[in-house]
Amino acid sequence: MEISLNGETRQFPSPLTVAALVETLGYTGKRIAVERNGEIVPRGRHAEVTLADGDRLEIVVAVGGG
Amino acid sequence: MDNQMHSLTIAGKTYRSRLLVGTGKYKDFAETRAAIDASGAEIVTVAIRRVNIGQNPGEPNLLDALPPSQFTILPNTAGCYTAEDAIRTLRLGRELLDGHSLCKLEVLGDPTNLFPNMPETLKAAEVLVKDGFDVMVYCSDDPIQAKMLEDIGCVAVMPLASLIGSGMGIVNPWNLRLIIDSLKVPVLVDAGVGTASDATIAMELGCDGILMNTAIAHAKNPVLMGSAMKKAVEAGREAFLAGRMPRKYYSADPSSPTTGLIGS
Repeated sequence: MEISLNGETRQFPSPLTVAALVETLGYTGKRIAVERNGEIVPRGRHAEVTLADGDRLEIVVAVGGG
Repeated sequence: MDNQMHSLTIAGKTYRSRLLVGTGKYKDFAETRAAIDASGAEIVTVAIRRVNIGQNPGEPNLLDALPPSQFTILPNTAGCYTAEDAIRTLRLGRELLDGHSLCKLEVLGDPTNLFPNMPETLKAAEVLVKDGFDVMVYCSDDPIQAKMLEDIGCVAVMPLASLIGSGMGIVNPWNLRLIIDSLKVPVLVDAGVGTASDATIAMELGCDGILMNTAIAHAKNPVLMGSAMKKAVEAGREAFLAGRMPRKYYSADPSSPTTGLIGS
């Protein structure tokens, strides 16, 4: 399935949960936040939310800024 | 007394410093941490950005250098140009920080002067306050719109003293004073401070606090400037509370006795 991840279109095998995607990317246990189609996916729900073809995901971190 | 004089209460929580600092533009996280420690700031603001997919997910994280257990992390919306982007960014920031509601809203209007877009800022503030955020808001030094932000329910109003990152200092003390005098919530100068005397002047005007980044990060010695800013904010606060002497124009007043001089 095709997912837009931080603005880039990428292919992933289906089915895929948010937790599995985060693990694939190497961010398990890191302080990140995930938004799916404009809505926050709370950390406690990463394992149960399954991604769908065409989803738009944003994964963010805190960086230096003023 | 000392603690009360220099402590700042925002949204019901009391902080030990009236200086808030940004975390951008430092050489590395070690310098960021050392300068912030020297400044004594407890509230530190951070930006929210996309992770670099495919690039070293194990790279050091800012929040390892500034753990939320030791600092109050203030997620901001730097770089957002619409209310919608700012709202989404702060919802992500709240999720990132385990539901922590204090945030810094800024909606920019122009990439060259980074002046706030006030209509979008007001729109975002309304949504965020209704959504349970404690909103500290970057705004223009317009007393009317500053009051509107207070009326919406923002917990602190933060007018610019001059352009973000410019170091031009306090360009319109008169407007800042109008805002300070007409608002009940804390008023903090956010942006424009260039050196320690600027911070002192802002505090002498009666500002409740100052948020700065570049003045410390781009000093030749950021750690020493962090220390200078801590003292400058405290000195300005004490001078404000002490109450300055009245200015006497064109009329000197000797400090020493005018009688008892030898040869008289």
